[in-house]
Amino acid sequence: MSKLTLSAIAAVTAMTLSGTVMAEKIAITGGTVHTMAAKGTLENATVLIENGIIADVVSGGVNLDGSYRIIDAKGKVVTPGLIGAYTSLGLVEVPSWAGINDSSTKDAKYTAALDASDAISPDTTLRNITRIEGFTSAASVLGYTETLYKGRGAIITLSDDQTPVTHKQAFMAVDLSSHGAEKTGGTRAELWGTFRNALNEAKFAANLKFTPQTEWHGELSKANVQALVPVVSGKMPLLVHVHSASDIRRVIELTSDYKKLNVTLVGAAEGWRVANEIATAGFSVILNPESNLPYGFEQSGATLANAARLEKAGVNIAIGINTHNIRLATQHAGNAVANGLSWQAGLASLTTAPAKIYGIDDQLGRLKKGMQADVVVWSGDPLEVIHAPTNVIINGEEVKLESRQTLLRDRYLTLDTEKPQQYTRP
Amino acid sequence: MTKRKLSNGLLTGLTLVAAATLVGCGDKEAKKEQAAFVEINKNPFPSTYQALPSVPTLITNVMLIDGIGGQLENASVLLENGKIKAIGNDIAAPNAKVIDGTGKWLTPGIIDVHSHLGVYATPDTGSHSDGNEATKPVTAAVWAEHSIWPQDPGFRRALAGGVTSLHILPGSANLVGGRSVTVKNLPNRVIQDMKFPDAPYGMKMACGENPKRVYGKKGGPSTRMGNVAGYRQAWADAQKYQRSWDKYKADYDAGKNPQAPKRDLNLETLAGVLADEIMVHMHCYRADDMGTMIDVMNEFDYQIATFEHAVEGYKIADKLAENNICASMWADWYGFKMEAYDGIRENIPMVAKAQACAIVHSDSDQGIQRLNQEAAKAFSDGKRAGIDFTQAQAFSWITSNPAKALGIFEQTGSLEVGKNADVVLWTADPFSTYSQAELVFIDGGLAFDRTNPEGWAISDFELGQVGQGDHK
Repeated sequence: MSKLTLSAIAAVTAMTLSGTVMAEKIAITGGTVHTMAAKGTLENATVLIENGIIADVVSGGVNLDGSYRIIDAKGKVVTPGLIGAYTSLGLVEVPSWAGINDSSTKDAKYTAALDASDAISPDTTLRNITRIEGFTSAASVLGYTETLYKGRGAIITLSDDQTPVTHKQAFMAVDLSSHGAEKTGGTRAELWGTFRNALNEAKFAANLKFTPQTEWHGELSKANVQALVPVVSGKMPLLVHVHSASDIRRVIELTSDYKKLNVTLVGAAEGWRVANEIATAGFSVILNPESNLPYGFEQSGATLANAARLEKAGVNIAIGINTHNIRLATQHAGNAVANGLSWQAGLASLTTAPAKIYGIDDQLGRLKKGMQADVVVWSGDPLEVIHAPTNVIINGEEVKLESRQTLLRDRYLTLDTEKPQQYTRP
Repeated sequence: MTKRKLSNGLLTGLTLVAAATLVGCGDKEAKKEQAAFVEINKNPFPSTYQALPSVPTLITNVMLIDGIGGQLENASVLLENGKIKAIGNDIAAPNAKVIDGTGKWLTPGIIDVHSHLGVYATPDTGSHSDGNEATKPVTAAVWAEHSIWPQDPGFRRALAGGVTSLHILPGSANLVGGRSVTVKNLPNRVIQDMKFPDAPYGMKMACGENPKRVYGKKGGPSTRMGNVAGYRQAWADAQKYQRSWDKYKADYDAGKNPQAPKRDLNLETLAGVLADEIMVHMHCYRADDMGTMIDVMNEFDYQIATFEHAVEGYKIADKLAENNICASMWADWYGFKMEAYDGIRENIPMVAKAQACAIVHSDSDQGIQRLNQEAAKAFSDGKRAGIDFTQAQAFSWITSNPAKALGIFEQTGSLEVGKNADVVLWTADPFSTYSQAELVFIDGGLAFDRTNPEGWAISDFELGQVGQGDHK
């Protein structure tokens, strides 16, 4: 009896849950649609959304039956939902002096084994703040750790889903720049030895079935070495923080010993100096195209032309390294364009490029039949600072353009000064 | 004006010293006479700024934004002898170099009210960390100009973003952080070469989290109430110091022979604020912190020129307007600490809408390169929320308003005849992400020409390094 009831409830719950996703059929009509797929850019196109999936993108108007809700995008621009290329979203609300910050470690025993998906919260106010600016998903990983490892990151959706992690243990991030050296003996001479040894141990560990009784004499703990096994086998993307041309060459050289490594460089202020080598190695790069100052000697070559020069060499470039203001990656990409990047690569740096890095390009980053319906309608060119989304659809559902910030704004725009401000409801 | 008064005072002091020395030669009567009057030199590090060489320059056919709310199509501007000589649609200047600005935009040079260039220079090393004298909570005695490294590559990057003047402050670790300084964006061998002639000094103060975090375990303050007690005691001490010098002067003027009080460099700067000679720039985020400081300001009868950051300025915009305090704000920074948690994208336009003086500042060696875009974001965010400024009005947030807040509006901050020729020619509408500063003039001299890489300024630090002279 009770068993029956429970399964009945489960069935109803399942229906309700799936119902929220499948409720609406949406047609976005009349806009300039950047599909980022084979169809390229279509004027006056229609994007059809059904069951959380893009049902079709068609040029020109279509005869719609009454089952679609229409979003009129005439005079507007339609793009895939943007992907936050490298963030700590969901791990940190306020980083400084505000309680536990899951994006940083303190005396942690886990290094490579740190798993962001164990710490991500769906209730962060950053979720709405970020998504109303057109970002519908993100890669999230710890930002500050005490070793060269930032651990394993996750891909999250910024929908209302209470379980936002869509891909756990999606990538491994390490820091082989000066920051990594600072934490590893204070010199690259130790940093690199330490990291090569770790990869070597992971090769051996691949053949072991670990139990508490397994004999293991490696320098890494069992948990940490196991986390690196899918990295050396190439199943897990490896994101490497690095800046100088010489450090980038070292990473390229590493791949001759560990041929399966699937490497993406993060930062790469001097990437342009070795652009052709990076392209030949097949690495992608996630960068901040505005970083043009020598913050350390490893960044002496930093230039606003970095993104453009990497594009010219044929490197896959993603833009967006930030958390609270990952929403400004559109401005960053726009400035890369102002300094020579093609506009198409600018939009790709926020969509297809990060999707490719994380191996999720069969689901996200393009407007194409069968892809997840993460779609944004913009008032104009999304790389222009004066434009903003007018509609944001995540997983087939349109979200309200509301955040803690818009509520604060609206309270103070309509303040009833006769009463204490807490009585004004935005 | 202020400076002239100061140097006259200094001269009087020196003359008296000389007179006293002469009188001292064997004249027994001298002992009954007054000792030399002790006058404090208020300008011991005078500006040695020299403008770049310039030629009369006529920029034609531009879309002009004047920095004080005006916009003029198809305009021409004549720069001559370092000043703006003429503005109009049809200017005859047969001897001027003519620059065709068709399709381009012309604005005043951008002024950043909040920079730490030079005091937190790149490379970002401990050896370059010269912005916070974090040894005690009140360090009004220190001057930012004594920390500024003119070879900071950041100056040149800011120049490429159209910044012609900037205000460099100590950090915000201390209740009173020390003196700030306004400089021209033309670094030279010594800091005095950059100092904006006749600009008044500023003094940095800080509210909230930073002082209590830094001093909480170093003898306090450890709370916001401790912070406020600290400011008030400092002002009370400055008042006493001021009275002791007033008494000295009154006694001397009455023919007595008083002993001059001992100089206290901390109190000297604080007393300079009370005497309206030094402008206060106060780092405050929260509305309640700012509300408290407005009362402290009234209690001790000084003026706060700006609240720096003012992340919650929008909550008390009316009070900022009533008390004649500018707010220098970011377009969209928020959330990095609790007192920045309530940051909103409409802060700047909401402050401006209340008729308070709104400023877009950077506090960043990156943000300073794109203050036009920061203003554009604030402008368009405001527009979407129904706050309708014109683009020309919004441009005052990075030109005339900062100039007013720094006390240099008579010289710069707008395109008006007679003002310094601090001018930027943009490749396109400066509220577009794709627009770039093509030519930047400071006092009529061409400080940056995007089209001429051979002429770009390069700091000593970047000579011989990777990327020297590259597209930065």
